Amino acid sequence: MSFAPSSAATPSETTAPATTEPGSPHAESAPLTNIDIERIRNDFPVLHQQVNGHPLTYLDSGATSQNPISVLEAEQEYYEQRNAAVHRGAHTLAVEATEAFEAARETVAAFVGAQTDEIVWTSNATEGINLLSYSFSNASLGLGGPAARRFSLGAGDEIVVTEMEHHANLIPWQQLALRTGATLRFIPVLDDGTLDLQAAADVVGTKTRLLAFTHASNVTGVINPVAELVALARTVGALVVLDACQTVPHLPVDLKVLDVDFAVFSGHKMLGPTGIGALYGKAELLADMPPFLTGGSMITTVDMEKAEFLAPPQRFEAGTQRISQAIALAAAVDYLRETGMHRVAEWEAQLGQRLVAGLAEIGGVRLLGPGLGVERLGLAAVDVAGVHAHDVGQLLDDAGIAVRVGHHCAQPLHRRLGVTASTRASTYLYNTTDEVDLFLATLAEVGPFFGVKR
Amino acid sequence: MSELQQLYQTIILEHSKGRHGAVELTPLAEAVAAGAASGLRVAESHQINTTCGDEITLRVSLGADAGTGAVADTGANDANGADDTADTAVTELVWAGEGCSISQASASILTDTLLGLGTTEARALLDNFREMLRSRGKIEPDEEILGDAAAFGGVSRYPARVKCAMLPWVAFEAALVEAESH
Repeated sequence: MSFAPSSAATPSETTAPATTEPGSPHAESAPLTNIDIERIRNDFPVLHQQVNGHPLTYLDSGATSQNPISVLEAEQEYYEQRNAAVHRGAHTLAVEATEAFEAARETVAAFVGAQTDEIVWTSNATEGINLLSYSFSNASLGLGGPAARRFSLGAGDEIVVTEMEHHANLIPWQQLALRTGATLRFIPVLDDGTLDLQAAADVVGTKTRLLAFTHASNVTGVINPVAELVALARTVGALVVLDACQTVPHLPVDLKVLDVDFAVFSGHKMLGPTGIGALYGKAELLADMPPFLTGGSMITTVDMEKAEFLAPPQRFEAGTQRISQAIALAAAVDYLRETGMHRVAEWEAQLGQRLVAGLAEIGGVRLLGPGLGVERLGLAAVDVAGVHAHDVGQLLDDAGIAVRVGHHCAQPLHRRLGVTASTRASTYLYNTTDEVDLFLATLAEVGPFFGVKR
Repeated sequence: MSELQQLYQTIILEHSKGRHGAVELTPLAEAVAAGAASGLRVAESHQINTTCGDEITLRVSLGADAGTGAVADTGANDANGADDTADTAVTELVWAGEGCSISQASASILTDTLLGLGTTEARALLDNFREMLRSRGKIEPDEEILGDAAAFGGVSRYPARVKCAMLPWVAFEAALVEAESH
């Protein structure tokens, strides 16, 4: 990924080249401009509303993104024309539903460079990580036989995470350690919000069985050096789990190139509906893992004492699936693919640098994480001196600006950076430079409103 | 006044900085022992607003009965004395916590409002406060009853902030029950 920090200072809206609809051959090549963004915005009904007497400025896509019409229509079309249980029943609707459901898997898999059978549907990324942790837990109890022994953990084994994890990539591993007797360790974060890679080389050692880390921080926007961390894990034979929730929606991601063993991401953060996410696992690893949730649709033969399980991904998809959500997520992927992930990433990198540059101009505001010129996602979290994040958010909301306030499910990282809460603006492909500027201008009014002296 | 100014009334912004009753709490066991020595029942409650991580620990001291409690002179209304004979009094109120301006101001105003009241009256006031806050702006705060706490009337129009304002009051309610059980 690359970006040009200078473009933040020279908005190009007046000199934008003629652009074309997403999906045209030209779409992939030309950088996005504010004109393109206005066209993209027309695809998102929810953005066109007034909030507290102001046009909505939605800067909370890091928490959940909005849906284009094509996604809403895909879900509706499924319910109007194809609704049936998948992988059971032989009637026409059941066949059509199954085909659409599996085609969605193919679309999502291709989007992240995976084979189709390496994508397991989950309700969200959190469930994906829990699926892994409970499967490993079951392996530790001896389930899955000798093949699953590679996932079994016990006293003396270590699970390594980082200090910047979202709680979803921390607590399941804490619990797995408690269940198995393994020890949880972490790679610390430096003052600038980046990982202490020197310390990482000490933390990851011969006892490390599993290294779980986020591709990018949902608080600081820091993008972690995946290759370096994977290489470190390989030296000790540890499995690698990547939390890709903040990157699959925003950057071109090829999981095969990254060479991680497992990855999770969430549909609602990438223009898709809630209730759907995916776990990626290398085929040969998924094949050896015992199931987490058990029940219908994941078996071959069942008698009163025992059951045989299907191959992945069905082995991990017990019960009636999230069919309309999977199909709608595929529509979201189509939208992103047609717009072009490189263009999305470049646009958001511009917005991210514009945020950082603008924040530096506001007194009494501390940016969490690295400053101008350092690669980051199109988001920024700040601490406003003397004003609690909830109060900051309230003033922004009064101006129609939606941001996230609080600890963003990353209490340890906030504690490490010396704050209990922060205010985060996070952009997506539908945000304009004007919206970033409005956020900055409104944020500058917060200190004076609360009588904070500079 | 705009709704935002209603929410952040001057008195609220002042209390969020003044933080009446905010102290560094001594260990609870010490406070309980010291209270017992002078006939007071001491208890505290720790409350967290899971939405934002705001937290407060609020400590209450109750006189053994209304006659013996050495009520601090805060100017708090000690009228409505009808119940006082059957009531114990809130003789001390201190808290430690951090959070948004609404929760901090609420703890500060709670301290000024409830300190010195009998428990029955304090509960009645708390119920009135809660009912007003949960009314989504439908119930006008009664200044006669609530005093400065009436300033939180604007909060009631912001459902996401009602928890912030209630946090110290919920802590007070729980600490009161605990103290009474001693």
